[in-house]
Amino acid sequence: MSGHRPTDPHSGTETTGHEWDGITELDTPLPRWWLWIWYGCIAFAIGYWVLMPSWPYPGGYTPGILHNSQRAQVEVDLAALKAHRDIQGHALTNASLQDIEKDPKLQAYAMQVGQLTFNANCISCHGTGGTGSKGYPNLRDDVWLWGGKLEDIQQTITHGIRAEDPETRSSKMPSFGVDGLLKPGEINDLTEYVVNLSGRRANAAAVARATPLFANNCAVCHGPEGKGNQMFGAPNLTDKDWLYGSDRASIHGQIWNGRGGVMPNWGKRLDANTIKALTVYIHASAGGS
Amino acid sequence: MAPPQESCVKLGKSLSTTPSTGRAPAAVGTGGAPVLLLVSVLGALLATVATVLSQDPLFQFQGAIFIIGFVAAAAILVGGLASGGFKQDSSRYSDNVIKAGVIATLFWGAAGMLVGVIIASQLTWPRIFYFPEFGFLNFGRLRPLHTSAVIFAFGGNALIATSFWVVQRTCKAKLFGGMLPWFVFWGYQLFILLAGLGYLVGITQGQEYAEPEWLTDLWLTIVWVCYLLVFLGTIWKRKEPHIYVANWFYLSFIITIAILHIFNNLAMPVSFLNHKSYELWSGVQSAMVQWWYGHNAVGFLLTAGFLGMMYYFIPKRAERPVYSYRLSIVHFWALIFIYIWAGPHHLHYTALPQWTQTLGMTFSIMLWMPSWGGMINGLMTLSGAWDKLRTDPVIRMFVVSLAFYGMSTFEGPVMSIRTVNALSHYTDWGIGHVHSGALGWVGFVSFGSIYCMVPWLWKKDRMYSDRLIEWHFWIATTGILLYITAMWVSGIMEGLMWRAYTPDGFLAYSFIETVAAKHIEYMVRTLGGLMYLSGALIMIYNVIRTVGMPSSVSVNHPADAVPAGLAIAGE
Repeated sequence: MSGHRPTDPHSGTETTGHEWDGITELDTPLPRWWLWIWYGCIAFAIGYWVLMPSWPYPGGYTPGILHNSQRAQVEVDLAALKAHRDIQGHALTNASLQDIEKDPKLQAYAMQVGQLTFNANCISCHGTGGTGSKGYPNLRDDVWLWGGKLEDIQQTITHGIRAEDPETRSSKMPSFGVDGLLKPGEINDLTEYVVNLSGRRANAAAVARATPLFANNCAVCHGPEGKGNQMFGAPNLTDKDWLYGSDRASIHGQIWNGRGGVMPNWGKRLDANTIKALTVYIHASAGGS
Repeated sequence: MAPPQESCVKLGKSLSTTPSTGRAPAAVGTGGAPVLLLVSVLGALLATVATVLSQDPLFQFQGAIFIIGFVAAAAILVGGLASGGFKQDSSRYSDNVIKAGVIATLFWGAAGMLVGVIIASQLTWPRIFYFPEFGFLNFGRLRPLHTSAVIFAFGGNALIATSFWVVQRTCKAKLFGGMLPWFVFWGYQLFILLAGLGYLVGITQGQEYAEPEWLTDLWLTIVWVCYLLVFLGTIWKRKEPHIYVANWFYLSFIITIAILHIFNNLAMPVSFLNHKSYELWSGVQSAMVQWWYGHNAVGFLLTAGFLGMMYYFIPKRAERPVYSYRLSIVHFWALIFIYIWAGPHHLHYTALPQWTQTLGMTFSIMLWMPSWGGMINGLMTLSGAWDKLRTDPVIRMFVVSLAFYGMSTFEGPVMSIRTVNALSHYTDWGIGHVHSGALGWVGFVSFGSIYCMVPWLWKKDRMYSDRLIEWHFWIATTGILLYITAMWVSGIMEGLMWRAYTPDGFLAYSFIETVAAKHIEYMVRTLGGLMYLSGALIMIYNVIRTVGMPSSVSVNHPADAVPAGLAIAGE
């Protein structure tokens, strides 16, 4: 091949002698700097393989001489974080929720931790500032589905609502329409009844028709006067606070479908001190009962 | 200029083909149009039966697209056959299908970029661009529409069109398969419609860059195998002794994409009359196969394929020899061998075993120089032609594309390092990284190649306006810079905010605070994307005006004739 190969006048380099659609190729050697950086990268890779877990073989893998393990490291990091939090947090461990509220220093610390925890975990459902939205309770008012005392809040946070937890708070409003428990006309009447309960103008004839229906189907949880029962998380129907909306369509939809939300059992994820702090924070910012 | 021994080879080849050259030079034949007609009619029948039998509205939606596609194809084929069309002229390269590919590339490019601007606006101004009453306009539907449109519709069409051009010219052979290239082209457009419209109505298997469900996947497999046949067949009947480097890259891209596509989409349909399927892999195996696929879609479609484009159009435009043949060999084999290992770097600090992460990271680092081999070969090919940077905006586009290629193929290995990845992963830095590769490298090398090909294909002396190419270049370059710098800032900022702890050891920021903090950067990103889209629209206008210009004097443009004496008549 060589000997007859044309030389490129600009670079003074021979071409390979081939030509495709007018394109030729120079026979330039590999750039040295390119080759040496590549060798360096390969050397780095080999060194890394020696140090860290890398090559698999049947039944295992080379662990590397550093015996590094990201799983073990996570345990170490979490333990270190917990120890760090405990420097101040240990004061919460032996204090009751009431003690924390009474001690200004402890309360200030709990409020700070509670707010950070709330922002990192709770606002995706309860909203920035905890004001809630349709289906997600507002935590800034003094209306509580499952109770607003310190212990109630702590219980709800720890075990959740309708969560996978043996101690979770749980109840199920029947789907009166979906399951055919009541006829469509009866649900229309009950809607008027509930509107009437909350002090708004409603169709009097429908309210009258629905009175026995309410007593038979709803009063067991919501109470004979519709004032609700925190044992079952049954809302007070006589106030102006509505989880799924106050208009007739929303009320009708709720009777028809009987929706019930799920809140996670945070005890699985947050430690006891953090939950205490969160409880105090929510209790205080809601002006809780 | 050709050395003697090469002429001998050529002579030998042409001698061996002497018997067939005895036939009419403009050989007749319909290029298999009746076969395609049969396939279309059978396809239409099958699609109709399946659509009628199915009780799944989404399956029926896909079936309707198939029926429309097959019936339209059958109608065109009947019309063409009746009017005596589809005569195959074996003395001419198959260039009409490339013209169609260029048009499709520009159309899908503009469409995909427009969807990109829309979703960037949704992220920036969620209150204004949120349409709950039109579910198909939700970000979750439009985001895969954007990524698939720009990668597969724009990028894929650009690759198919340029590969058809390059393989014919560098093999001195007409495309193999008669009408088969047309089947590849239209079959691929049908795939795009099935995938894109499918996302809008909610058909997805939820795997990034592999969203289409089993039926669409099967169709793409058929089309892709035909693409491979056309490409291989053309190389097979080449009249050059050697295979040009651009074709190695194109071929590796076609073969590897086929393998990746098949393995990542192995799935069992709920029923053969239902759109939904469940994949073979589960858990961390599923994640690993997905990112083996996902990373090599970047490596083989967006890198190897476009390097094929680069290796033809840059030396052609610069009229300079390729800088180093040896570098092209070494970096080609190194690139395709190493790239295939690098996928696990998408799964650092997950359930993926750590040893797998190590391999993914170290192979990514070893990939740096093999990637840069392409940049060096491209840039150094311009030595001796650097003056053209001042006069030729297309050369400038190629240079900027290689610069972004070099930057993103350095940034990639850096981001693959576990400790860097701990900061960069899941942040906008990743979005910025992919767009410096996509807008800078893939986009610009495609634009440059199309600016080269359009005058060649439509027989014009030049593009309608060099000034408009200048405008395209500057608007798009500024757009890219705005885009990626905004994403660097917001990505690193949110990465730092996510890991920030208070002195007491609690997370300092809620997620929504990190989102709100990015608002300005998101506005800049939207502006950058809008500028890039504007550049593409300027290009489309320029191409339309070019096509409308009077043709250059020589109707027998030298570039479209299969070299005389070497033509093998009647394939």
